[in-house]
Order: sequence, then C-alpha cells, then structure tokens
Amino acid sequence: MGKAVVLRVNGEEYELEVKPQETLLDVIRERLSLTGTKRGCETGDCGACTVIMNHKAVSSCLVLAVEADGAEIVTIEGLAKEGKLHPLQEAFVRHGAVQCGFCTPGMILSAKALLDENKNPTEEEIRRAISGNLCRCTGYTKIVEAIKACSGTL
Amino acid sequence: MLRSMQPFNYLRPSTLSEALKLLGDHGREAKVLAGGTDLIVGMKEKGLSPRYVIDIKGIEGLDGIGYDPNEGLRIGTLATMSEVSASSCVREHYLFLAHAAGEVGSVQVRNRATIGGNLCNAAPSAETAPALLCLDAVLTVAGPKGERAVAIEEFFRGPGMTVLDGEILTGMLIPPVERKGIYIKHSPRNAMDIAVIGAAAAVTPKEGGWENVRIALGAVAPTPVRVHEAEELIRKKGQTKEAIEEAGRMAGETASPIFDVRASAEYRSEMVENLVIRALSELCDS
Ligand SMILES: Cc1cc2nc3c(=O)[nH]c(=O)nc-3n(C[C@H](O)[C@H](O)[C@H](O)COP(=O)(O)OP(=O)(O)OC[C@H]3O[C@@H](n4cnc5c(N)ncnc54)[C@H](O)[C@@H]3O)c2cc1C
Ligand code: FES
Ligand code: FES
Repeated sequence: MGKAVVLRVNGEEYELEVKPQETLLDVIRERLSLTGTKRGCETGDCGACTVIMNHKAVSSCLVLAVEADGAEIVTIEGLAKEGKLHPLQEAFVRHGAVQCGFCTPGMILSAKALLDENKNPTEEEIRRAISGNLCRCTGYTKIVEAIKACSGTL
Repeated sequence: MLRSMQPFNYLRPSTLSEALKLLGDHGREAKVLAGGTDLIVGMKEKGLSPRYVIDIKGIEGLDGIGYDPNEGLRIGTLATMSEVSASSCVREHYLFLAHAAGEVGSVQVRNRATIGGNLCNAAPSAETAPALLCLDAVLTVAGPKGERAVAIEEFFRGPGMTVLDGEILTGMLIPPVERKGIYIKHSPRNAMDIAVIGAAAAVTPKEGGWENVRIALGAVAPTPVRVHEAEELIRKKGQTKEAIEEAGRMAGETASPIFDVRASAEYRSEMVENLVIRALSELCDS
C-alpha cells in the first residue's frame, strides 16, 4: 500500500514510504516532526498549513504526500540560517505582527513566496497575497507593515 | 478535529490512453485528480471515498496556454488559476477571463486549482464558467472512442454533473474572435447574505454597434447559464440605457427562485439585475 517518495524539505532529502491518503501536512508534521507547519481547518480555508512547494505557496492540507514526490519544499523551519532569523521573521517580531503565533508560519511563507516573485509589492499586492491566511489576533495591519518593511530588502 | 480521508489507491498514469483505460476499468469507483482543491476537500468533509484516485498531472500535453491567430486561445485543462490569471496570451486577448481566474479562492488555492477542474466539478458557482460561456469556449474531451469537441453550453448537466462519461477533459479552445468583456462578482457582505453571484458579459465592438453579445451568470441556477433573451434584446435594440435595463430585468428573472433557500427570490433577482446592468454599462463606457 505504501508508496516510496522523495521529498526535499528545507534542502534536505527524505526518502519515505507514504500512504496515498496521507497529506503533505500529515507527513511534514508527523513523520518529519516539523511542527511549525500548523494544522488548522484542513480544508484550504485558513492558510495555517501553508508551505512553499516548487516556489509556490500551497496549502499542504490539500496536497497528497504522493503528489509531492520529487518536490522542493520550504517550511518555516527552513527560513532561519545559522541561528539567525530570516528578515521576515525579524520584521514580524519588530512590528508586533505575532500574538498567539498560530497563523505566523503560514503568513510568513505566503509573504516570502510573494517577495521571491515581486521584490517591491504594493500594499494591495501584499493584502492579496495573504488573503488566504487568516489571523484571529492581530487584525492584519501590523502583518502588512512587517511585510512592507521587508520590501526591496530581500 | 482531524479530518482524514478513507484509504484509496493512488494511480499516476503517464499517458492519456493509460488514464482512460484505468477510468474504464474502475468506473464509478475512480475519480480523476487534477489540483485536488475540490476533490480532496470532498474526500475530507463530504464523505466522498473513491477507491481509485487517478492523478492526471503526470500526463504530458494537458497543461500550457497558447494563442494562434487562426486557431484561437488554447488552454490546457491543467493550467492553474494562477497561470491563467497571469498568462500574457489570456490578458492580451480576453483580460476578463484572467480576472475571473484571479478571483478564485486564495493564492494557495489558485496555485493548485486547475481551470479544467473548475469546469468538471460543475459547481453552479464555478468562477471561470461565465467568462468561458461568453467566449464560446469549445471543450476537448478524450474518451475510449477518441476525442470529441463539446460546446461549453452543452457541458453542464446539473450541480456537480457534466456530460463526461468515462472521459477526461483535455483542454479548451476559444475561437479567435475579438471581444471585450467583463466579469463581476457579488461577494457576500455577511454570513447571512446570499452566496456569491458571478456575472460576465462580452461583446465584439463593431462600427455602429455590438456583435456577439453574450451575458452569462454563475450561481443563479443549477448550472452556470447564458441569458439568451437578454443577449438577443441588446443585439436588436442596441446598447441604449433602456435596453440595458430591460436586459438586466430579464437576467434577474432567470435566477431560479427555488435554487437558493438562503435568499428571497426578489432579493436574488435584484442582485442579478444590478450586476448585469453594471456589467453592460461598463462595457459601454470602456
Ligand atoms: C479554500 C477554497 C476556496 C475556493 N474558492 C473558489 C472560488 O472562489 N471560486 C471557484 O470557482 N472555486 C473555488 N474553489 C473550488 C476549487 O478550487 C475550484 O473549483 C478548482 O478550479 C477545482 O480545480 P482542481 O484542479 O483543484 O480540481 P480537482 O479537485 O482535482 O477536481 C475537481 C473535480 O473535477 C474532476 N476533474 C478534474 N479535472 C478533470 C479532467 N481533466 N477530466 C475529468 N474530470 C476532471 C475531478 O474528478 C473532481 O470531481 C475553492 C476551493 C477551496 C479549497
Ligand atoms: S489547515 Fe490547510 S488551509 Fe487550513
Ligand atoms: S497571531 Fe494569532 S492567529 Fe494570527
């Protein structure tokens, strides 16, 4: 029943046997123990499970692990380098864009996918890029400010 | 709550004929998987439990977007909403289709959701359907007996139902007719408001008036629909204020009253009427 897949997560290669009904989210959290990727709604609505797959933000709860075979995946754990936070992570802290933190990994990865493609997004483009990431705590203004602060600097 | 799927067999054919064979062998126990944004949600929360899931993303030639002046705009079934909304061919010729694709869900959804999946899922509210109806899209469908072309107006049969019969949608062709169009979505203001309604209109501007008048609506009937009477009226009477208002009224009446229990029939009709009047008026001004 299991299928052999190779996932490249944060630059490391993992060879695993996965069941067809396991999602990429299940595998990232439970098999690779990378629990920075959050399990929220499970149906594509909240963005808590956002990861970057082949350079695009996707909801890992709606991707089968078998579909991700051979894919290049970045999770929140892949952002800090040599013990130093990624500029987006720093900006989120500095701007008070983190409260409970549940939405933060997904939010930051959506922002990263945007900035990787468009170095100087407008406020509207930023809001559009994170429209699939729900935050119950901060009311988005601080999040948008944090992302704006990183525009043109990455 | 952990929403998990029932076990299934995952199949990833690399050719269309292999995929059709699998679909033929497994019949109703099989489901085609494109971007999965409808199918996986359905398997998690709507009790959908196919025994075989046939992923068509390993098949070459089902993606891509291209324009040929003689043939028209060809869009592969696996083109994602992100690709459609960013495509220079689509934007140059039929910008309103790019806008419609850009209205689907979120970035995360658009990066996976395919245009073909949107049509095959056949939700009355399928976002790209009204624009594609206005563009006279011809769908290409592959089956065990070969390929056939299906006009988009013939494709939908009811909520979640299409004419596909053991077949796979491979793509669509939009004939190279010059058009300007518009897509407007009414988004609910609060949870009690009615579901999103989408209205698209397109015309070919000609000296002395409009040709190829098309008006199509999403989420007002069991399938996405064209409003032929209203199109005919505009064609006959021209784009006057009176004709546009009458066309709006006609469109409002097509919104089937029993279709949505959440909204009163009058309210729904009024919404549709306003959207269609707005769409046609904006086409006049653009
Ligand atoms: C959070 C969220 C928000 C959404 N918002 C919107 C929205 O605003 N507007 C909107 O219209 N939709 C929306 N959707 C629904 C969905 O994203 C779209 O309908 C999408 O285009 C479906 O495409 P897919 O490739 O993901 O289809 P899949 O889920 O892979 O397939 C959908 C159905 O079509 C069948 N199918 C797919 N491709 C083929 C083919 N080539 N041949 C034969 N059968 C096929 C499958 O078997 C399945 O039954 C949303 C979904 C989510 C999760
Ligand atoms: S858990 Fe995936 S979008 Fe909510
Ligand atoms: S910080 Fe709590 S959900 Fe965003």
